[in-house]
Amino acid sequence: MSLSPVDGTVRAPIEPGGAAGGSRARRTAGRSPGQLVWLRLRADRTALVSGATLVLFLLVALAAPLIELAYGIGPQDQFQGKLDGFGLPLGHAGGVSGEHFFGLEPGLGRDVFIRLVYGLRTSLLVAVTAAVLTAVIGVVLGTLAGYLGGWLDAVVTWITDLTLALPFLVVALALTPMLTLRLHGQRDAVPPAFGVGVLIVIFAVFGWTGTARLVRGQVIALREREFVAAARASGAGPGHMLFRQLLPNLWAPILVSFSLAVPQFVTGEAALSFIGVGLTEETPSFGRMIHRSLGYLQTDPAFVFFPGVLIFALVFAVNLFGDALRDALDPKSSR
Amino acid sequence: MVDEPGPLLRVRGLTKHFPVRGRRRCGPVRAVDGLDFEVQAGETLGLVGESGCGKSTTGRLLVRLLDPTGGSIEFAGRDLTRAGRRQLRPLRAQLQIIFQDPYASLNPRHPVGQIIATPLRVNRINPPGGTKARVRDLMELVGLNPDHDNRYPHEFSGGQCQRVGIARALATGPRLVVADEPVSALDVSIQAQVVNLLRRLHRDLGLAFVLISHDLAVVRHLCQRVAVMYLGRIVEIGDRDDIYERPQHPYTRALLSAVPQVGQLGPARWPGLTGDGTTPLDPPSGCRFRTRCPKARERCAVEEPALTRRDGGGQATACHFPDSGPLRPERVRAAA
Repeated sequence: MSLSPVDGTVRAPIEPGGAAGGSRARRTAGRSPGQLVWLRLRADRTALVSGATLVLFLLVALAAPLIELAYGIGPQDQFQGKLDGFGLPLGHAGGVSGEHFFGLEPGLGRDVFIRLVYGLRTSLLVAVTAAVLTAVIGVVLGTLAGYLGGWLDAVVTWITDLTLALPFLVVALALTPMLTLRLHGQRDAVPPAFGVGVLIVIFAVFGWTGTARLVRGQVIALREREFVAAARASGAGPGHMLFRQLLPNLWAPILVSFSLAVPQFVTGEAALSFIGVGLTEETPSFGRMIHRSLGYLQTDPAFVFFPGVLIFALVFAVNLFGDALRDALDPKSSR
Repeated sequence: MVDEPGPLLRVRGLTKHFPVRGRRRCGPVRAVDGLDFEVQAGETLGLVGESGCGKSTTGRLLVRLLDPTGGSIEFAGRDLTRAGRRQLRPLRAQLQIIFQDPYASLNPRHPVGQIIATPLRVNRINPPGGTKARVRDLMELVGLNPDHDNRYPHEFSGGQCQRVGIARALATGPRLVVADEPVSALDVSIQAQVVNLLRRLHRDLGLAFVLISHDLAVVRHLCQRVAVMYLGRIVEIGDRDDIYERPQHPYTRALLSAVPQVGQLGPARWPGLTGDGTTPLDPPSGCRFRTRCPKARERCAVEEPALTRRDGGGQATACHFPDSGPLRPERVRAAA
């Protein structure tokens, strides 16, 4: 219709007539499942609130050094002068003041707020890394087992069952000190990163089974669907089958299992640190703080309160968001 | 297009046995057990029979979704059964399949334009004018709005989805399309539209079809030749009018007279097949139909009848005691 490309670009949006009908049809047309998920998520108030909370937590964790700078207190700074003779913080509610937002730790006198900020960082780092690792291992093993079947499927299923049969806590309890001893010796100072690494490895080794089973089942169900047969009939190779036909249909269960794995690992890290096999004392962590706070349950209840509430809020937000995501991803949900 | 001598598709002794695994040892399921037929270029062959007679297995064997246990499938003079994936690729473009379930046969995560383009993409075919233009042409050809190419399958009705499936099958410009129950999952009114679309494509594009269906009316409407299957074998094959008006095999006669007559009140008068206990797991000796055949005699249990022509026409029957004459004398008389 237009004579030059420049002319066309200028005129196309205003031009009425034949083209307008077509362009309107295009605008209303074609919402991809991804776009539909986004629309449903945006319409879901729970998803919005929990998502915003999550984003806030993420930002705080990422910006921990900046917050330290603005706050003026580091995670290892001790304020012994603000403790009384029994080692309890002076003032109300565990020493909450304009200087120390969440009060002070009894005994060592470290600032609770900045330790929680760094603890959030540790928790999210461990949980998200472990969740990514488990998702990758689970998806790869599950897809291969489900798609190729045969002896590979048998072997993967066998390993899955074996892993599920191992008692997680007992193995974690036995393995962590052993690994630490073996790699660092009796006397050496154990670097904080080592503890984090051990935790992630333990979670990855034990956590992948759920995703693998889920993905394997989905792949087996999808493999028999006719669109897979149609792609095969038109001569598609295994790469196309896996990445173009199967994986796009697996995003929903993978995302949901990922989002449900994160809170599981947050509480897992806290639990392991609580029983003393997780992280070392100098690494700020929710679990360690709650572990320490138990001794002061009667004398300084505020010290239990802040990490407890924060870990509750974090896990609750991730879980709610995971549920909302599952609702939004299910193409048959009518909302 | 190069004209090869001989038929477009030649099937010889095609066999597919599925192994049965279980506690009790038993033989394989003989889903397809020795099929012989040919399809000429531009011809439509209907494959009819009751559930479990191996129709769909045959369709899947033809496009190599299943590997045959025995026999050969020759397409355009080349043997499909012995071709590897690399050699199969150019042939696959000429041999496509339409599925029964319109929703299940489309990937829910791909827009329909991409679905239709998939056979082009995986075969690395670059149509003149580009893939996009080809997809628009195809959508127009099957009666879809080309502007809807970025919509997803869930936004379409069953009939429209089936049109998408048909467009995908046509994308590479095939010469033979296997249609496996293409309208069975659709509403009756939509069935008519899709059947007429298939008929138009056959006429306009000169496509050869192998139409698999249990719907005798659809097959009669679309097909020039009809093959009747029973327990993995063809019991009768011939031109449409011969099969429908003058069936020779007792099974064909029973099948045809089991079709309810809308204009006829009262109970249907049909030879009344007795028993249905025969399975492809353990087919009876001799003629497979003998356990349910009203005319079965001793010879049928001993000797398996071969598919033979009788009166010099194109009609072949596998029966020792074939019938002759029109199926419904009173109807034919009324028509004449």
